[in-house]
Amino acid sequence: MLLAEQILNGLQYGMMLFLMAAGLTLVFGVMGLINLAHGALYMLGAFACAFVAGMSGSYLMGLAASLALAAGIGALVEITVLRRLYARDHLDQVLATFALILVFSEGCRWVFGNFPLYLTLPPWASGAVTLPGGLQYPLFRLLIILVGTLVALALYLLITRTRLGTRIRAGEADREMTAALGIDIAKLYTLVFALGAGLAGLAGALVGTIQSVQVGMGEPVLILAFVVIVIGGIGSVKGALAGALLVGMTDTLGKAFLPGLLAGFMPQASANTMGAGLASMLIYILMALVLVIRPQGLFGAKA
Amino acid sequence: MKLKSLLVSGIAALALAPVLAQAEGVKVGMITTLSGGGAGLGVDTRDGFLLALKNAGEAGKAVELIIEDDQQKPDIAVQIADKMIQSDEVDLLTGIVWSNLAMAVVPAAVAQEKFYLSTNAAPSALAGAGCNPKYFSVSYQNDNLHEAAGAYANQAGYGKAFIMAPNYPAGIDSLTGFKRFYEGEVVNELYTQVGQTDFAGEIAQIKASGADTVFFFQPGGMGIAFIKQYAESGSEIPLIGPGFSFSQDVLPAVGDAALGAKNSGNWSPDLENEANKAFVAGFEAEYGRLPSLYAAYAYDTANLLLSAMAKADINDADAFRAALKEADFATVRGKFSFGPNQHPIQDIYMREVIKREDGTLTNRIIDKALEDRSDAYAAECQM
Repeated sequence: MLLAEQILNGLQYGMMLFLMAAGLTLVFGVMGLINLAHGALYMLGAFACAFVAGMSGSYLMGLAASLALAAGIGALVEITVLRRLYARDHLDQVLATFALILVFSEGCRWVFGNFPLYLTLPPWASGAVTLPGGLQYPLFRLLIILVGTLVALALYLLITRTRLGTRIRAGEADREMTAALGIDIAKLYTLVFALGAGLAGLAGALVGTIQSVQVGMGEPVLILAFVVIVIGGIGSVKGALAGALLVGMTDTLGKAFLPGLLAGFMPQASANTMGAGLASMLIYILMALVLVIRPQGLFGAKA
Repeated sequence: MKLKSLLVSGIAALALAPVLAQAEGVKVGMITTLSGGGAGLGVDTRDGFLLALKNAGEAGKAVELIIEDDQQKPDIAVQIADKMIQSDEVDLLTGIVWSNLAMAVVPAAVAQEKFYLSTNAAPSALAGAGCNPKYFSVSYQNDNLHEAAGAYANQAGYGKAFIMAPNYPAGIDSLTGFKRFYEGEVVNELYTQVGQTDFAGEIAQIKASGADTVFFFQPGGMGIAFIKQYAESGSEIPLIGPGFSFSQDVLPAVGDAALGAKNSGNWSPDLENEANKAFVAGFEAEYGRLPSLYAAYAYDTANLLLSAMAKADINDADAFRAALKEADFATVRGKFSFGPNQHPIQDIYMREVIKREDGTLTNRIIDKALEDRSDAYAAECQM
């Protein structure tokens, strides 16, 4: 029962990471841009959700607003700032997108203040449901798993089955040739960036609902999202999904069971401390292992 | 002749006046948390302190207060303390909420001959062998409230406790304090990360542990996240905690999920004494919300400071220290005195989360848990 619940927790955490990493990997893979401001878009989505849900009283409106605002701001940022950076090297991109983090964080601080905001779950999404086998699990966390699965499916269909997906793949493979074939690569990039931003905003809103909405909430998640795309392979949405689930599971199960395992051969107190320390290292150990065995990541195309 | 002596005395008075004013005034540096998940605690610390200064009228104006946000980060707190000591030349520091920040700042500040009055954090390392004549804790010693919760757990008949706290000095003090008085079995002892906001894994462990109560210390935003997520999890195991986990800064955000929870406190808004009535009413009138534990501690700290300023000059450190030690101020806790390690001796109560008629959640006292409680470390302090 405990194992089942922790697996669900890992799955939920992984799905949240996937929503973040999917956009990041597309932007990195297709556009070759390192976007540190992805975490800021996650935060903006959370604030948009908290604000709109608070004003309108409807949580779904809040979620829609988070998607729309993050995508809109993403598009705006791509057109005004990032477009100038594609030709520059990664260091310039890191510098500019880091500046964006500061701008967005201070902007949010200015508008919403330093106090974290807390969202209340709508009645239809709150409480626990009893799953087959008698396990009680929070409904909202199940919804996050569901949303993540749907997004993964939709992205897969978008990329493999639609004309837009073909163009995205073409743009990833060879930018100049794609442009030469008459595809408006600038518009395509804006679209890809807005899509990634929207997903980050949605992730922020979902996580903000069960935790808290505050300035700086995006950066810790951003680091994990980078770990995910390095493990999964840069540019691969399939890789992002696999990486996210792997990281989510490793982290959750490690934190839950390592102290218990260690307690088998050392005192409980030191097993707890050791276990907690080791558990927070696990995902980085995982990343290092993947890099040793497959430097291009699990689903990475290019070495 | 008469005119001349008048003139002379006038000039003398003029010349002396600024010197006197300088000697009487005290420059206070407040380092506290005003942003992020711990902001609620720092804001209440600041507001409680300011209210006491305001209520004191002219005497309050003799305190020059500099307030800075430490962002709940030890390195930032150290930078601010250095700046306050070296360039602002404060006489006294106060306001730190978090024990890991206090450990980073307090030993260095008292080594530089600055007074430190703690409005909250009081780690065990500074109460025993590490005590210092310049360091006073006005709030408690970290273990205190948790000790009371441990005593309550026995009394309530709990025998299998799941205990949990963040992994930092106050968290370790918390579980140590709880276990000092609790006689039952500890089914699991868990340290979480400071600033953690997702407790899904911990909640799963709680549900599977077979415990009959959960004792948790999670102040500020951590507590809000934990209580909300716990309420969603479907677990029926009752929560108990120190007052920090169910403090007034936490309650509005968690809502009815906290109703009925038992928690320990050395102060409560309904504590019967004149000073407390005036404090709670004054705080509500000034800020439009109920004060938390942190506001009460800061209010007491400011009043203690003012009482010492009325008796001694801060530049005469020995006299000022003696004046502080007398604790001659109207505490909102009913009674208050300092033990040999300059930590409080006070009563600790059990409180219950209730809903007021206007719908506001707050605490009320249900029982006295420990009487005239000092702390476990006082004997180790050599001053």
